[in-house]
Amino acid sequence: MASPKIAAASAAHVSSGPAVIEVRDLRKVYGTRHGEVEALQDIEFAVAEGEFIAIVGPSGCGKSTLLKILAGLLPATSGEARLRGTPITGPRRDIGMVFQSPVLFPWRTVLDNVLLPADVQRLGRERMRETALDLLRLVGLQGFERRYPWELSGGMQQRVAIVRALIHDPAMLLMDEPFGALDAMTREQMNLELQRIWLERRKTVVFITHSIPEAVFLADRVLVMTPRPGRIAEDIGVAIARPRSLDAMATPEFGAYAHRIRAHFNATGGLDA
Amino acid sequence: MSGYGNASLRILLMLALVGIWEALVRLLEIPIYYVPAPSAIFGALYTGIARFIYIQNAWVTLQETLLGFIMGTALAFLLGTAIALSRRFEYYIAPYVVMFQALPKVALAPLVLVWFGVGLPSKVVLAALIAFFPLMVNTIVGLRSADEDRVNLMRSLDASPAQIFWMLRLPSALPFIMAGLEVAMIFALIGAIVAEYVGATAGLGVLINTLNFGGDVAGIFSILLVLSLMGLLLNQVIVTIRRRLLFWDASQKSVAENTQRGGTL
Repeated sequence: MASPKIAAASAAHVSSGPAVIEVRDLRKVYGTRHGEVEALQDIEFAVAEGEFIAIVGPSGCGKSTLLKILAGLLPATSGEARLRGTPITGPRRDIGMVFQSPVLFPWRTVLDNVLLPADVQRLGRERMRETALDLLRLVGLQGFERRYPWELSGGMQQRVAIVRALIHDPAMLLMDEPFGALDAMTREQMNLELQRIWLERRKTVVFITHSIPEAVFLADRVLVMTPRPGRIAEDIGVAIARPRSLDAMATPEFGAYAHRIRAHFNATGGLDA
Repeated sequence: MSGYGNASLRILLMLALVGIWEALVRLLEIPIYYVPAPSAIFGALYTGIARFIYIQNAWVTLQETLLGFIMGTALAFLLGTAIALSRRFEYYIAPYVVMFQALPKVALAPLVLVWFGVGLPSKVVLAALIAFFPLMVNTIVGLRSADEDRVNLMRSLDASPAQIFWMLRLPSALPFIMAGLEVAMIFALIGAIVAEYVGATAGLGVLINTLNFGGDVAGIFSILLVLSLMGLLLNQVIVTIRRRLLFWDASQKSVAENTQRGGTL
């Protein structure tokens, strides 16, 4: 399945800067009634400052588990993950997270939702207000500050969630299939939007998806995961110039990347085209 | 008013029903001590109000109801919160809660009277006992209803348990809590009336007993009307607060859909 030679080569090719995230020998085992289930096995990768990493894999390959471990929400069974040199042992304040659903609080306005991290981490509402308004402008939500989440479309709600994840200027942004619940058209628009935000802010991003085109379109590197137990089958650097347009998806170059990723799943199945 | 029908037609229908009732009682010469005509009921209502008897006694019942409601729901909220937040506490207290919940609280009325006397306290205690369970159950369910992703979001921000409670769990529980309060308010009124039936010196329950003894069925009907208006008013207070507080709650479910009833009467 995995071709270690290519994986090593492409990983070395991209991660040149100082590593923000370092994952080594990570393993996760769940205990169930029917014995132990190995969710993650030998996970090892590094992410450089400002790099955009996509992790693709079929449902149940443990990619969400991996993200929860990076977020400090779940402990690893063995091995470790480090963020800017310190081991991730629990929730920390330099992580921004975006979930599949927007996870907004309906009793808070858009602005108050965005300021939630500021409230929780006592960063000072007044000081953060300007940042919040700037970020809302960046995602095209100026004028919606006082609206409530239920007054917004699904795509707009997810943009609020992205702004909320950026407000406290985290060291990394973890995104767990953030556009998976959106319709295809909105999803493409959100991909463009995310690329624009990323080009402007250059955050380090770990983006989980089960859409191969989405991964190739957004990422500097795509980590391909195998079905349970989740292992990294290949680490592919995507050398397509930015900004990438939606039309880029129709080029042979793009198709070659998608083909190479898809090849991992032809045997096992269970992945979106 | 709503899309279902015409408001004036609704009132007309109501008046027609009262008219039919009046006509039937007169035509069939139904005795007044059996089913009184609406005119007799409104007559009794008028004299009762004019002589301040109804107002006086209604005030007593209202006080008992409100005090019982406040006491019962305050305790229910505290205990419900403790149970919702601590599985260990729940484990040890569950047997008592389950046993007490299954008990028809009105059956305690005679005992409560022995312990707290014929005055106000016994009415407040029974009202509180009956109002207690609907809110406690809803507080537990509500506090545990917080969406898991939202909890994970708060945790990922390094929120403390107290922050998760105040910023997430409590607001998430509010729809349940308000529905519980709605039921608790009406239950408190039931408790107050039952306690008055068993033994009291004032209150609308006492008045019903007295009129019953004198065979004044029209008078009883008129008090039932007052009680129903009082219940309506108390309910409206909670509903108004709920609408203000839960402007964000898309469901705005009615009590029937949203409430797990706190046991039998």
